Amino acid sequence: MSADFLYGIEVIINGLMAGVLYALVALGFVLIFKASGIFNYAQGVMALFAALTLVGIMEGEVPFSHLINAIFGTEIHHFGWEVPALLAILLTLVVMIFFAWAVQHFVFRHLVGQEPIILFMATIGLAYFLEGIGDLMWGSDIKTLALGLPQGGSLWVEDMTSGLGGDDFYGFFIDKLDMVATVVAIVLVTGLILFAQYTKQGRAMRAVADDHQAALSVGISLNFIWVLVWSLAGLVALVAGIMWGAKSGVQFSLSLIALKALPVLMLGGFTSIPGAIVGGLIIGVGEKLFEYMIGPLVGGATENWFAYVLALIFLVFRPQGLFGEKIIERV
Amino acid sequence: MKDMLTPYVTDDGRQIGETLMDMRNITLRFGGVEAIKDISFNIQEGEIRAIIGPNGAGKSSMLNVISGFYNPQEGEVWFRGKKRPPMKPFQVARLGIARTFQNIALFEGMSVLDNVMTGRLNHMNASMFSQALWKGRAEREETENREAVERVIDFLEIQAIRKTPVGRLPYGLKKRVELARALAAEPKLLLLDEPMAGMNVEEKEDMSRFILDVNDEFGTTIALIEHDMGVVMDLSDRVIVMDYGRKIGDGTPHEVRNNQEVIDAYLGVSHD
Repeated sequence: MSADFLYGIEVIINGLMAGVLYALVALGFVLIFKASGIFNYAQGVMALFAALTLVGIMEGEVPFSHLINAIFGTEIHHFGWEVPALLAILLTLVVMIFFAWAVQHFVFRHLVGQEPIILFMATIGLAYFLEGIGDLMWGSDIKTLALGLPQGGSLWVEDMTSGLGGDDFYGFFIDKLDMVATVVAIVLVTGLILFAQYTKQGRAMRAVADDHQAALSVGISLNFIWVLVWSLAGLVALVAGIMWGAKSGVQFSLSLIALKALPVLMLGGFTSIPGAIVGGLIIGVGEKLFEYMIGPLVGGATENWFAYVLALIFLVFRPQGLFGEKIIERV
Repeated sequence: MKDMLTPYVTDDGRQIGETLMDMRNITLRFGGVEAIKDISFNIQEGEIRAIIGPNGAGKSSMLNVISGFYNPQEGEVWFRGKKRPPMKPFQVARLGIARTFQNIALFEGMSVLDNVMTGRLNHMNASMFSQALWKGRAEREETENREAVERVIDFLEIQAIRKTPVGRLPYGLKKRVELARALAAEPKLLLLDEPMAGMNVEEKEDMSRFILDVNDEFGTTIALIEHDMGVVMDLSDRVIVMDYGRKIGDGTPHEVRNNQEVIDAYLGVSHD
């Protein structure tokens, strides 16, 4: 096999793994959109907020320390302890569930039956609020997320594959963190699917996604289900935040990854969980492969726009996405 | 008129019990419009109770009050001897009041089996955690619920379409699936909003038979709204007639049929 071909395969593998992260963010969008019809602009900020909270808890930082110090003239910044990673993740999850409850209780409960655009505007407000609160709680410095996840290229994979392509080929370069992210994402998605298919709450969740009125008539509390889906979206945001944070540090630009999820949703459809996953993978592979093959011809940096152009093409020819429900109005 | 508060025996020998649901002086307004004006009636255990009346008489509004979709501005709702505070529809459903809708509210993307299964949600008590582990109580519960669902499916003769997504079914079958979902909840009171609307004669006959069988075999108390007068007169034990939000008649089908006000409402005498 020629080295070029093998490099192409390497690009595809790395693209798939980048796509997993896109898919994770998109999944958070789909969960909320299916159950409540709300397009949650704040999903990216939720990932940021979860990552910030995780780092803060792990390092024993005092939340709102700047505010407390400014008001009381104190100089406290740390509790002086460090929390083990697993416990910190659980505590962060508790914070995200509280956030889900608060969002439902203080915002969306009062907006039931409003136009989608109003719900969307509310999530924009939510995004800025959450970004501000994250800043106020944990400060605005770039933080490193030291979870002890493996980093760097996997030498094992490189060794195993170096023999494939002769002298010009040194084996596949695959980031260990990407491999971990892929495994975690597979576990998470499998868990979500099992939950939706086989538990009482999962069944109720699917029922609410399908028809609100019918769900009410069989005794399902819409409020409870909405808190549940926001909590699940919080969980997905936490996982996405951990993976992106471990890769490139926890910084406020993390919230912009939400924008990359938009073309993923255009491709996969807003209401399909498999769609979010396949869409994420297509975008991941597509942009890496495009950069590798066409990039040099047009001066590179195609990764910035490739996903959006692909989404635009989809909007023209298949607006409901690959897996979305086709909207047929009866006349 | 029959004494409303005491148990009685129907012509075909079924025993009708105590008052299950008592609506006292219900008034419902939408802005300035009074959809229901000071109506009182009761539903007794084991009865098939019909609400009839011309379009816009407030029948569906009344059913929505019973099922908690609307809360009346005035009046009291008594259920099983207790005054019911204003409630959300899902809370009413948990009390044991199941319903169907005039224009069918099913989970179109789910199979018939899954749809009927949702009717059992209030009979599932295992915690989220034990369900996740799929052990003991959760497993036993799932089996029990599946058996209950299969009984309903057999009863309503929809075995052949159990795995079909509801969205693909014809109208008449959808109505039957909706009834199955309501029945799966083993309700104390079953509310049917125009169960035969839009059906052909054959489908209507089937549905009538199912309603009678449900009442007969499970002893389910049923309140229904129906347009087809013939059907109502055949099915129901007692009938309430509504017109312009008021109650203009209440009694056995025979009594109602000979009520002058009812005849006027149906034949169209001008209202002054």
